[in-house]
Amino acid sequence: MVPQDLRYTKEHEWVRVVGDMATVGITDYAAEQLGDIVFVELPEIGRAVVQATAIGVIESVKAVSDLFAPIGGEVVESNSELSTQPELVNSDPFGKGWMLRVKVDDADQVGGLLDAAAYEALIAEA
Amino acid sequence: MAHSQDAPMATPLADRHAALGARMVEFAGWMMPLQYTGILEEHRAVRSRAGLFDLSHMGEIFVEGPEAADGLGLALTSNPGALKVGRAQYSMICFPDGGILDDLIVYRLADQRFMIVANASNSAAVSDALTARLAGLKLVLDDRSLATALVAIQGPRAAAIIGPLTDVDLTALRHYAIAEGTVAGVPALVARTGYTGEDGFEVFVEIGAGAVVWDALMAAGKAEGIVPVGLGARDTLRLEAGMPLYGNELGPDSTPFEAGLGRVVAFTKEGDFVGRAALAKAADEPRKRLVGLAVRGRGIARHGYEVFRGDRRTGIVTSGTLSPTLGDPIAMAYVAPSDAEPGTILEVAIRDQRVPAEVVALPFYKRPS
Repeated sequence: MVPQDLRYTKEHEWVRVVGDMATVGITDYAAEQLGDIVFVELPEIGRAVVQATAIGVIESVKAVSDLFAPIGGEVVESNSELSTQPELVNSDPFGKGWMLRVKVDDADQVGGLLDAAAYEALIAEA
Repeated sequence: MAHSQDAPMATPLADRHAALGARMVEFAGWMMPLQYTGILEEHRAVRSRAGLFDLSHMGEIFVEGPEAADGLGLALTSNPGALKVGRAQYSMICFPDGGILDDLIVYRLADQRFMIVANASNSAAVSDALTARLAGLKLVLDDRSLATALVAIQGPRAAAIIGPLTDVDLTALRHYAIAEGTVAGVPALVARTGYTGEDGFEVFVEIGAGAVVWDALMAAGKAEGIVPVGLGARDTLRLEAGMPLYGNELGPDSTPFEAGLGRVVAFTKEGDFVGRAALAKAADEPRKRLVGLAVRGRGIARHGYEVFRGDRRTGIVTSGTLSPTLGDPIAMAYVAPSDAEPGTILEVAIRDQRVPAEVVALPFYKRPS
C-alpha cells in the first residue's frame, strides 16, 4: 500500500507537504519490516532538523532503526500518542502512526524525494 | 558453523512456512521462520493458548551401548547415569578450560540408550567432540540431526491438543520426561520439555513424517487457537523465562557457574570428566555473574550494550527485549560478581543515554501453577 499523494525517501519515510508544513512518518513497508514497534523516540519541539540526518529512533521487539529527516526544517509538533501507543505505527502508518510535523525551510527539498511510483519500484526490488 | 560454507538448508516444513506467509531468516545454516503474523501476537498465543514450532534445525545425537552412561558422564558436565529411563536432564558439554561448548538436554530412552539434543549452531561441534571423547568405548554414536524432524507444541492448551493424537499417556509424562509412542499415527519420541516457560511437548520423528505431525497438530489445535510461532517469539519467550541462549548468555568465554547454572555440573559423580579441574576452580572464582535486569526507562537494552555501576563499566548486556507479558523492558547481562545482588541499581548505555536498570532475580516470568 503506497498512497499516491505522498513523497518518500529511500529510507522508507513518507512526507505530506501542505504549504510550508510537512507531516512525516514511516511507510507501511518499513513498519512491516521492523515488526512490532515498541518505542519511538522523536526530536523535541523547536529542534531544527537537516534533511537526510538521523533525528529519532524506532525500536521494534527485534530491531532498532534510525528515523531520518525526509525534509529539513523546524519540528513544530510530534505525535504524543506514540509514547503510549507505538503500535499505531504498525496498524496505521500513514494515518494515526504519523510522527512529526516540520515547518519546511526550503520547499525545493521536496523535489529530491521519491514519488509514489518511484517508491513502489524501490520496494518491489527489495 | 558446519554449514556456513554452503547454501542454507531447508527443514522438512519449508513449504508449510511459505504457505503460512512466514518471514524466513538464515539461522545456524538453516532457513527458519522468524515470524508469521508478528512476534507479540505469537508470544501471547503461547502464554495464553498454544503455539507450534518447527525446531528441525536442532541436533539429535543418539548414543547407545553398555558404556553409554559412563561415557557420557566423562564427556558432559552432568551425570546421565543417574537418570531414570524415560527422564531427561539439562546438561552442558564444556571445553577442558571450563568454557561452554554447548548446552544440551540428555534423554535416557533405555538403560543403554540416550538421546542428546544440541543447538543447531553447535550440533556438528557437539557430535565431533562426543565422537572424540567417546572413542574406544563400547557404544555407538549416531548423529541423526539431519534425519530428524522436531515439532514443539507449547502453551497451556498444548496437552489438550496433542492428547487425542497420541497413544502416550500424558498424565504419566512429567516435566522433563520422554516416552516412545505415536503422534498422528507416526512413530515418535514425545518429551515434556521446551524453551518457553510453559507446559508443552517436543515431538521427534523421522524427517519424512514431520509434515504429518505439523499438519495434525495445526488441525487439532485450530479450535484452541493454536498459531505457528517463529524464532522471534521463541527468543522473547525464553528470555522472559530466564533461559539462556547459546551465543548470547553461553559460550566458550563463560562457565556454567557464571551463567548461574552450576547445577548442571555433577562434581559428585565418579571419575573424571572433561573440564572438571577448571570447573572446580570456576565454581569458587566466577569472573562475572549473569543477572536479570529490569530496565527503568525507555528503550531496549540489547545484546552488546555496556552496563555501568556509576562511572565503572561492570559488564555487558547479553539479551534484551520488551517483555510482551510484563510490558516492560527486560534484559540479561554479565556483570561483576560484586554488582550482581538483586536490588542493585546499574545503568545501561542505550545509544547516548545511561538508562537505570535494577538487578532482579530470574526468571522474569513464571507460569501460574
